[in-house]
Amino acid sequence: MSETTVGGIAGRMPKFIRRADPAVLTAFACIVLLLFVGSLYSRSFLSPEYLLQQLKVASFLGVIATGMMLVILLGQIDLSVPWSVAAGAMMACAAAAYGPVGVALAIPFGIFCGVAIGIVNGIGVAYLRIPSMIITLATNAVAQGLMVVYTGGFSPQDSATPAMRYLATGFAIPGVPNAVVIWALIGAAMVFVLTRTGFGRTVYGIGNRERAAYLSGIDTRRVVLIAFAVSGGLSAFGGVLLAGYASKAAQSMGDAYLLPSIAAVVLGGTSILGGRGSYLGTVAGVILITLLQSILSVMQMPEAGRQIIYGVVIVAMLLLYGRAPASR
Amino acid sequence: MKDWRYWLAEQRGTLLAFGIFIVMFTIYTSNHPAGFTANVVQTASNKGVLLAFVAMAQTLVVITAGIDLSVGMIFLLTNCLASWLVIGTGIETALGVVAVLGTGLLCGAINGAIVIYGRLQPIVTTIATGAVYFGIALLLRPFPGGSVNEDLADALTGRLFGVVPASLVALLTVVLVVWVPFSRSVLGRAAYAAGSSEMAAYMSGVPIRRGKFAAYALAGLLAAIGGLFLTFFTYTGEAAYASGNAYTLFSIAAVVLGGVSLFGGKGSAIGAIFGALAFRTIGDLLFVFDFDPLWQPLFQGVILLIAVSLGAFALFRVRNRLEWFL
Repeated sequence: MSETTVGGIAGRMPKFIRRADPAVLTAFACIVLLLFVGSLYSRSFLSPEYLLQQLKVASFLGVIATGMMLVILLGQIDLSVPWSVAAGAMMACAAAAYGPVGVALAIPFGIFCGVAIGIVNGIGVAYLRIPSMIITLATNAVAQGLMVVYTGGFSPQDSATPAMRYLATGFAIPGVPNAVVIWALIGAAMVFVLTRTGFGRTVYGIGNRERAAYLSGIDTRRVVLIAFAVSGGLSAFGGVLLAGYASKAAQSMGDAYLLPSIAAVVLGGTSILGGRGSYLGTVAGVILITLLQSILSVMQMPEAGRQIIYGVVIVAMLLLYGRAPASR
Repeated sequence: MKDWRYWLAEQRGTLLAFGIFIVMFTIYTSNHPAGFTANVVQTASNKGVLLAFVAMAQTLVVITAGIDLSVGMIFLLTNCLASWLVIGTGIETALGVVAVLGTGLLCGAINGAIVIYGRLQPIVTTIATGAVYFGIALLLRPFPGGSVNEDLADALTGRLFGVVPASLVALLTVVLVVWVPFSRSVLGRAAYAAGSSEMAAYMSGVPIRRGKFAAYALAGLLAAIGGLFLTFFTYTGEAAYASGNAYTLFSIAAVVLGGVSLFGGKGSAIGAIFGALAFRTIGDLLFVFDFDPLWQPLFQGVILLIAVSLGAFALFRVRNRLEWFL
């Protein structure tokens, strides 16, 4: 992406480094730094078991951040993640209460609820032209209201089905947790869609200038609608996996995923204004944030300290490479 | 056109918010078991004023075409700080109030500095700084607690002359001391101009950076006033994540209801205040109609969804489809 500044030291670097996004490189450099700091703190930090465990935890955030990235590439944002995650998890667990058919349909039903939230977002953003930040906050509030009404009246079944637990914690391939496999599959699909399909190119086009994309004969509103539906569905799927991991659904389970998912995408070099960014960067961002969280919890940092360090790290890293151009 | 028609066109959003508030408040009091009494008005104004301060804070930033997702967290942080500092003798209390307001101003200034001089996007910046402010609030108050100078608290949450709610008077004072001078100053004009068209304002030599910075800093101050009042109402400090988030969300709803354009450059804090009061009244309508309180989050969410969707009616006035894409 940065082919303009070739010269000096950069000119002597191997080609693949020269062509890489500096943001992605910085993110990977920070991952190495974090691993180094962690290994100083505890010997077991670099053990394969521990790293695999981190990758498993990262895959929940990874699935959610994938949807977030698609929306951010459009130049929009999805703030309905917290209750899309919670709704996906709670509805999947709730469906399991309705006999064997319910158990079989639990996962699709959870994802369906997320897609429904995403479609409302998409209609609002694409057809009603409401700023995405506002409409997604509103649908988040409505989803929260629905869940409160749903759980308040009576006590629903809130434990995960065996299939959900298997997806989140089982091992289909020996040694590799299923959650990591799922993230890899979703990530591969995302890379394919973004780089090899017309839809993907359209997403970048709309992110750069929607007006130009529209004048090129693209039905930009349909693309935006689909992107939001996918984002909602992936958030809900992340919630289903989380419910499987914790073996139950809880009301506030999604709150901890809004900031990290945005941060992961943005730290990975995707422009918050849309139109620029690679999935590799998002992967780096997700791993970076998971490692940071893990190190802070290994150091037994209290919640308050974690929030502070978190915010400071995000601002500091963005100041390093996420700044807007200076001159007008 | 006559002068008054220009004025009317400019104030349309504010007047609409005022109208909605009057209608809702009439429905509210006429169905309230106690009716339109000083007590009912006092309770309603105490609840509404909190949101009104936070909504004013949000307005200042939204006018510059930005958004501040950390207002709710500044509100919590100053609440927790006030539960430590605003206590003791008169002098100590006064110093405490100054410290709390200064903290709010500092929080806002940090946001502004990062957004303007660091050139980062307001959304991401304020989400991140919001996490920091919440973290500090949690450090100050890991568990709900603390206390406040109760004489001062009772004076500011009670009634003047037995009729007028003191909190409304405080709100009016803040409007006169902070909002009116700001909106008429060069910096205020610059904030509006930056929100309307930053490029044009820059070309015209308007001090947009200072204007935007002042808007962010004052937003922090107003959120801190809100946090101070929360302490006066509850006598305690509490770092509740959900509550901070709710105030941020409701402040945006209030701003939208109050006719402030989210694209910047249009609207006033007066409108946002009536938007906030209307939003609170609508939320409380459920109670006078004896609904299950469980339905309140859903009801408020639906109101919010409808309020933001109303903006879509402007689409019908669009002649050229290209104007869909800003």
